[in-house]
Amino acid sequence: MLTRAYQHSLRGSHLPAGQPLLEVDNVSLRFGGVKALSDISITVTEGDVHAIIGPNGAGKSSLLNCISGLYHPQEGEIRLRTAVAAGPEAAVGEAEDSGRPTGEVRTHTLTKLPPYKIARLGVARSFQNIELFAHMTVLENLMLGRHIHMKKSVLASMLWFGPARNQEIEHRHLVEEVIDLLQLQAVRNKPVGALAYGIQKRVELGRALCLQPALLLLDEPMAGMNAEEKEDMARYILDVHELAHVSVVLIEHDMNVVMDISDRVSVLDFGRLIADGTPDEVKADPAVIEAYLGAEEESDRG
Amino acid sequence: MAATSTGIHHRSYTSELRLRATKAEYFRLGLMTVLLLVLPFVLDNYWLSIANTIMIAVIGAVGLNILVGYTGQISLGQGGFMAVGAYSSAILSDRIGLPTPLAILLAVLLTAAVGVFFGLPGLRLKGLYLAIATLASQVIIEFLVRRDYGDFLTEGLGYLNVDRFEFLGFKIGGRDVFEQQWYWILMILAVLAVVSARNIFRTGLGRSFMAVRDQDIAAEAIGVNLTRAKLTAFAVSSAFVGLAGSLTAHYSEVVSWEKFTLDVSILYLAMIIVGGLGSVAGAVYGAIFMTLLPELIRRLANALESTLPFLGDQLPAVRNATFGAIIIAFLIFEPRGLDRIWQRMKDYFRFWPFRY
Ligand SMILES: Nc1ncnc2c1ncn2[C@@H]1O[C@H](COP(=O)(O)OP(=O)(O)O)[C@@H](O)[C@H]1O
Ligand SMILES: [Mg+2]
Repeated sequence: MLTRAYQHSLRGSHLPAGQPLLEVDNVSLRFGGVKALSDISITVTEGDVHAIIGPNGAGKSSLLNCISGLYHPQEGEIRLRTAVAAGPEAAVGEAEDSGRPTGEVRTHTLTKLPPYKIARLGVARSFQNIELFAHMTVLENLMLGRHIHMKKSVLASMLWFGPARNQEIEHRHLVEEVIDLLQLQAVRNKPVGALAYGIQKRVELGRALCLQPALLLLDEPMAGMNAEEKEDMARYILDVHELAHVSVVLIEHDMNVVMDISDRVSVLDFGRLIADGTPDEVKADPAVIEAYLGAEEESDRG
Repeated sequence: MAATSTGIHHRSYTSELRLRATKAEYFRLGLMTVLLLVLPFVLDNYWLSIANTIMIAVIGAVGLNILVGYTGQISLGQGGFMAVGAYSSAILSDRIGLPTPLAILLAVLLTAAVGVFFGLPGLRLKGLYLAIATLASQVIIEFLVRRDYGDFLTEGLGYLNVDRFEFLGFKIGGRDVFEQQWYWILMILAVLAVVSARNIFRTGLGRSFMAVRDQDIAAEAIGVNLTRAKLTAFAVSSAFVGLAGSLTAHYSEVVSWEKFTLDVSILYLAMIIVGGLGSVAGAVYGAIFMTLLPELIRRLANALESTLPFLGDQLPAVRNATFGAIIIAFLIFEPRGLDRIWQRMKDYFRFWPFRY
């Protein structure tokens, strides 16, 4: 796999590795009386796999929904930093930023934007309960991942020959690389509704990758899988990270799965951030052991 | 899709993106072309008039399916939108004096704009609620053209006479050639409508419509602007419907509100349900089927007149009952319509004599 030459970079961010990419700043979210998130502050660093773990109901999905604009926190701010591409990298999907000095960093306040604008900034995601376009084929689902990079002229579409067809072919090349990376060749033309659960999860990862994300948000990509499938999925996520250098926020309730593949771990419990650090630091944190590992060991024994 | 099931191996994306790949598909296309070219020479005027009605219905049904079948926005406003196309192009050409093709083009654009306006509730409403909202658009437009306040539309006549179609010195002839000449115009426009709709749904634009239908939250999360996608779908769909409306005006040479009632909206919905929601071919099959059906029922009733005389007396009731029964039968037994039945037949014969 590592030897394969891909022509497109799947990474949409042009920040230097190690810089802050996403800043969650004192975010609180309430549903009526339920406090789903209390005063959460987390920084995701460019180039990291950043895991967010916590028991069910801890507020992990809510946090992800706040980042991608589906929920609007009552307090706090979420900011994404983007940089203008340098040189040839600027070619794909950077039309909006062209003409500005390369390397210039911009900060976008996500909490003020609708979901589709956040996607256009390069924040791509998968959902805990698979949300694919069920009546379309795998290929069509992945091509939809290219939506933000495509022109949608009505007349050109009706005409087909010319710009519309050229555009389809141009984007198909990148989509095929994602198909190859995630080994979806065999199901390329199958309707996604008919596919096995594990493959649907992979298609959803693929669709998000086709955006060429600056930040990839994955909501429990391994939930509901057996050990083997989990290992496969972890492998794919690592490939995405290592081959494509995409920064990943990975949500998982099963702590063991993420410790090996994460650079940084944040732990949520009852909507509060109880720990934040490297996997080793988090593992040793007494609060985590009490709130999380303790509960799990109990359930393991039970 | 055909690519996998036929064993054809494409060597380029260009060849894979073709609508047709197999010899059988090219053969059917050739057969269709020959049929469309030969029809005006073998049909008499009566059947040609039915063929012409079908062509207009094809344009309208394809338009409605773009909105309902592909984008998932149910609409009961078809009749109203057709009325907008019909009245505006009749007035623009006959009263204002624009060349008819230009009048039709402007009518199409105006209907698209009206469609967008009445599509606005679709930004907030879904399913049954949207159906009611579009029903309101039907009722409002029907009310306006029927009352015709200030006699602006029909100048007090209650209906509009439309001059014989004429363009650059060409004028549609009299009785003997009328249907045949219209056939060429309507057939070409229907083919263009079908081909362009088909094209929309193999590009990013069409996929964004289907994404809205399948999963609107996921669509937003991959960057689809729902507002824009829905309103574009309303515009594109209404443009087709407006074209069907204005062609009705110029072909039938009279515009009156009775032609654009709620019945029309329901008839067109029946076409796409029977033909196949979310399929351009389905819209075509449905338009053909539902236009021929009354004719078949009438002939059947005539044939049975001696044995079952009440059939002839109660023809409208019999027709409505049959319409209803057929829609219900399709909803229960083949919700994906004639298009799906045709697919299954093709598969059956492809593997014939092996049964899978
Ligand atoms: N849309 C919503 N409406 C009401 N309450 C919600 C909603 N989404 C989440 N919650 C509540 O917020 C809390 C956190 O849920 P969630 O973010 O889904 O947790 P996790 O993903 O960590 O399992 C839960 O108490 C849940 O009931
Ligand atoms: Mg969750």
